[in-house]
Amino acid sequence: MPIVHPEVVVTRPDTVLRVTAHPAPIRRSVRPDVVPAIEVEGVTKRFGDTLALDDVDLVVPPGGVVGLLGPNGAGKTTLVRVLATLLAPTAGHARIFGHDVVEEPQVARRNLSLTGQYAAIDGLLTGRENLRMFGDLLQLTPSSARRRADDLLERFDLVDAADRRASTYSGGMRRRLDLASSLILPPRLAFLDEPTTGLDPRTRNQMWEVIRELVADGTTLLLTTQYLEEADQLANRIVVIDHGRIIADGTGDELKDRAGGITVEVLLADSDGAADACRVLAAAGLDPRGVTAPTADLEVPTDSTQGLGTVQRVAGALQAAEIGVTDLGLRRATLDEVFLQLTDRLPTDGDEPDPASSGNGRPATNGHRR
Amino acid sequence: MTTTTDPTTPRDGRTGDAHGDPAIQQHQRGGLATALTDGWTLGKRNLKHFTRLPRLLIFSTIQPVMFVLLFGYIFDGAVRGALPDGFPSYLAFVMPGIFVQSTVFRMTQTAVGLADDLDKGVVDRFRSMPMSRSGVLIGRTIADLVRSMAVIVLMAIVGVLVGFRFASFVGAVGSIAIVGVLGYALSWVFVWLALHVPGAESAQSAAFVFAFPLSFVSSVFVPATSISIAWLAFIARNSPITAAADAARGLAVSGPVLAPTLKTFGWSVALLVVFIPWSTHRFRHVE
Ligand SMILES: Nc1ncnc2c1ncn2[C@@H]1O[C@H](COP(=O)(O)OP(=O)(O)OP(=O)(O)O)[C@@H](O)[C@H]1O
Ligand SMILES: [Mg+2]
Repeated sequence: MPIVHPEVVVTRPDTVLRVTAHPAPIRRSVRPDVVPAIEVEGVTKRFGDTLALDDVDLVVPPGGVVGLLGPNGAGKTTLVRVLATLLAPTAGHARIFGHDVVEEPQVARRNLSLTGQYAAIDGLLTGRENLRMFGDLLQLTPSSARRRADDLLERFDLVDAADRRASTYSGGMRRRLDLASSLILPPRLAFLDEPTTGLDPRTRNQMWEVIRELVADGTTLLLTTQYLEEADQLANRIVVIDHGRIIADGTGDELKDRAGGITVEVLLADSDGAADACRVLAAAGLDPRGVTAPTADLEVPTDSTQGLGTVQRVAGALQAAEIGVTDLGLRRATLDEVFLQLTDRLPTDGDEPDPASSGNGRPATNGHRR
Repeated sequence: MTTTTDPTTPRDGRTGDAHGDPAIQQHQRGGLATALTDGWTLGKRNLKHFTRLPRLLIFSTIQPVMFVLLFGYIFDGAVRGALPDGFPSYLAFVMPGIFVQSTVFRMTQTAVGLADDLDKGVVDRFRSMPMSRSGVLIGRTIADLVRSMAVIVLMAIVGVLVGFRFASFVGAVGSIAIVGVLGYALSWVFVWLALHVPGAESAQSAAFVFAFPLSFVSSVFVPATSISIAWLAFIARNSPITAAADAARGLAVSGPVLAPTLKTFGWSVALLVVFIPWSTHRFRHVE
């Protein structure tokens, strides 16, 4: 079981595309004697003209956390809903612990639990009534259902609100109740669709704790998220999906390595001088980009063999032009950058051209974008 | 029927080997028992909704009471002469009829409630749980049956207050029960409708398009024999609504009982046999 440490990582909102992708998925060895928790074979899902899933293959052995990462409309929820027996695939097969979700949905359901993207709780019932109801529907004896509801209310810090209608709950409380509802019977396989979207950092850390406890108890987890730091923190494997296709698959480090990006970051004494500094560096034969981030005003792409040389050239050129610098250093690509580059999205500033978008090897047949 | 789950038994079940928790005890039930207990669990949920939405509670009781008063006082003078023997006033004739009519309209709420539910996330959870296939639908129809029975009892009380008289207590109970039987069968038709018409608004409209002619082309307000257009009279004579209205009328006031009661049961069983499996199948495949 991988040990992951709870800590808050500040994401950089503005990042730049600058590395080249290798979209071929990493092949994983699958032990033939272990029934995979999830087995997806050529699953395609079409909604009218929209190709939400395009020939997806995925095998997840039991144990651990897989982070399913992708931008809006990538097909994350669709894949989770197919696996949770809510949607029949247009083509292909999906199995949960060896049980086909279309052929044997009831058996598959006994092995999984779903916490959807939007809270699946009854707003007119109280938190306690919700948990009791789901317990009854899982055929718990009345005393078990009552005890289980009490335990979960306690564990999810909902005791004070237990007898209030769920519609009066805050967003974070709803999410906690929602997750609690899916854990009435400890599941072998849990799907969490964006479990921390819209949560404040404290609540999110609580969520992460619960997720880690679940995994420590032996539950296999598939977690979708748009936050790379979350995937990096929680998942021992990250699967990147875009336009309904899996475009990368590996550990966080593997993805960063494959993107191979190293940059020289420069924080100027005067941020307004970024354009001048870029001109100076361009004149010196470098390829600088302005960025707006707390730690850098501009950055220059390089690689691990030429990194120090690039540092020297940047430092020399800026010194010759008498431009003040407060910080300068080599930095490895963040997952954010890998993500943006893999999924071919531009930063939202709009002041960056997109030189990396051509030839990054994205599959030619795309799903339709929303 | 209740047994403790044995955590040592390797189950292809939800708890798996690693999760057997002896503190969590489950009933081991068969398919039909599960469907009924799930239906009851969700029926209680739906009834709680009803009591927690005072708006719904008020409107769904004011309207039928208003009907009783309107029919009892407004139409009485105009139609009294045309009534069959045994009915001293229009109220006496129409009261069992509006039990049926009110139930038909109350059951359109089954379509609305279910369509509403389908838009909510909570049904996704139900559908991803290993619960019975028909539990959600049984819960919906049971709750609506309880509601409409309560409304009928209320109407009967108001009716008695303004001068309606049941022939006997058994007749009173019997007439309300026979209306409940048909009402329950019809609620499955509205379940089917809600599963084929997306959205609560359109489900409501579709249900009304269905409920209006059904309840008016019948013996609810006038004797079926008094309808002069031949094909309408034919429909009215054979409608399940007529059967239930005639049966309720016979039991509550006067008139034949056996034939319309059998007809009502026949219709109800036929509707249930067709629409329960069809709707359940459909429910499992809604996306
Ligand atoms: N029921 C539906 N009918 C039509 N199109 C749908 C339906 N569900 C999903 N889609 C489409 O399928 C594509 C994938 O949607 P999906 O919800 O799986 O994305 P996602 O990765 O979960 O996005 P987000 O991060 O915004 O939740 C989108 O283009 C979406 O519009
Ligand atoms: Mg989604």
